[in-house]
Amino acid sequence: MERVRDRMKKNWPLWEVFVRSKNGLEHRHFGSLHAADAEMALENARDVYTRRNEGISIWVVESKHITATNPDNNGELFEPAKDKIYRHPTFYDLPDEIKHM
Amino acid sequence: MKNNNLYKYILNIADNTLILGQRLGELCGHGPSLETDIACTNISLDLFGQTRNYYQYAAKLKGKNCTEDDIAFLRKEHEYLNVLLVEQPNTDFGYVMVRQFLFDVYHLLFLQELQKSKDQTLSAIANKAIKEVSYHYRFSSDWIKRLGDGTEESHQRTQNAINDLWTYTDELFHQTETDKSIIEEGIGVNTLKLKEEYYIRVNKILQDATLEIPESKYFQKGGKQGMHTEHLGHLLSDLQYMQRTYPNMQW
Repeated sequence: MERVRDRMKKNWPLWEVFVRSKNGLEHRHFGSLHAADAEMALENARDVYTRRNEGISIWVVESKHITATNPDNNGELFEPAKDKIYRHPTFYDLPDEIKHM
Repeated sequence: MKNNNLYKYILNIADNTLILGQRLGELCGHGPSLETDIACTNISLDLFGQTRNYYQYAAKLKGKNCTEDDIAFLRKEHEYLNVLLVEQPNTDFGYVMVRQFLFDVYHLLFLQELQKSKDQTLSAIANKAIKEVSYHYRFSSDWIKRLGDGTEESHQRTQNAINDLWTYTDELFHQTETDKSIIEEGIGVNTLKLKEEYYIRVNKILQDATLEIPESKYFQKGGKQGMHTEHLGHLLSDLQYMQRTYPNMQW
């Protein structure tokens, strides 16, 4: 029987898709898809993620090039910041005239 | 009907996009991968959108409460005037892409000329459709190169599709009596002028794809006069099922 590992080799690699929805905004992660190479990934992304007029620019990067934090390390990485509320600028009294802060 | 020639000419254009759109729609949920499935049905929807524009115009010419749905769903097989190429079945992904590619090259050249039509409605529809079709052409020619220059199997399947579908290419340029009179009026596209450029573009991509250009000089035609291959009837029984079973149904 064909092994899953061998079958996976025949599949197209996974790509992460980033879409800029309008000028002035940053590219945001929209999702992922399979494609044989970068050009196909762009075309697939165009069809899968922008067919309802969601974007004006697309970036793709092969998923294996992304280095991610390990969820097992979340405690040491992220929890120490939780009780340091003084790192948020929330202790200033803002005059009423200043809007949109 | 006063504008009978123009009416028929519009059906000639729009039946191509309807039938090809239906063929691509058959792939919904059956494409080789999620991504190509969405891409093919996306192209299908582009083509249906174009078809609606043409049929709405044709229905207006016909008058007597005729609607776009009547034209799409309530004609008999021999009243459809599409070329034989677009009704050929989805034998495999190679056939789907070769059929699309052979049509897209023509479609793009055709719309570029239709933009210059004296008929403002047709010119406006062409103007709107051309961006969509430019993408279809990019998509299908890209796939022809991938498949032709891909694995031994993808090369062979694509070559088989080229060999089988080549015989339907000449009909794209065939002119009926209706065509000729509409061309004379400055409304229709003189397809004979597109033929040389068509084969140059097709041959260029096939060469890039390491595919052989068939030498066959025998070409099929008949679709533009309503004489179809055996495949169209089956396609129409799917397409027309709802309207035939529940007349005047809407959603």
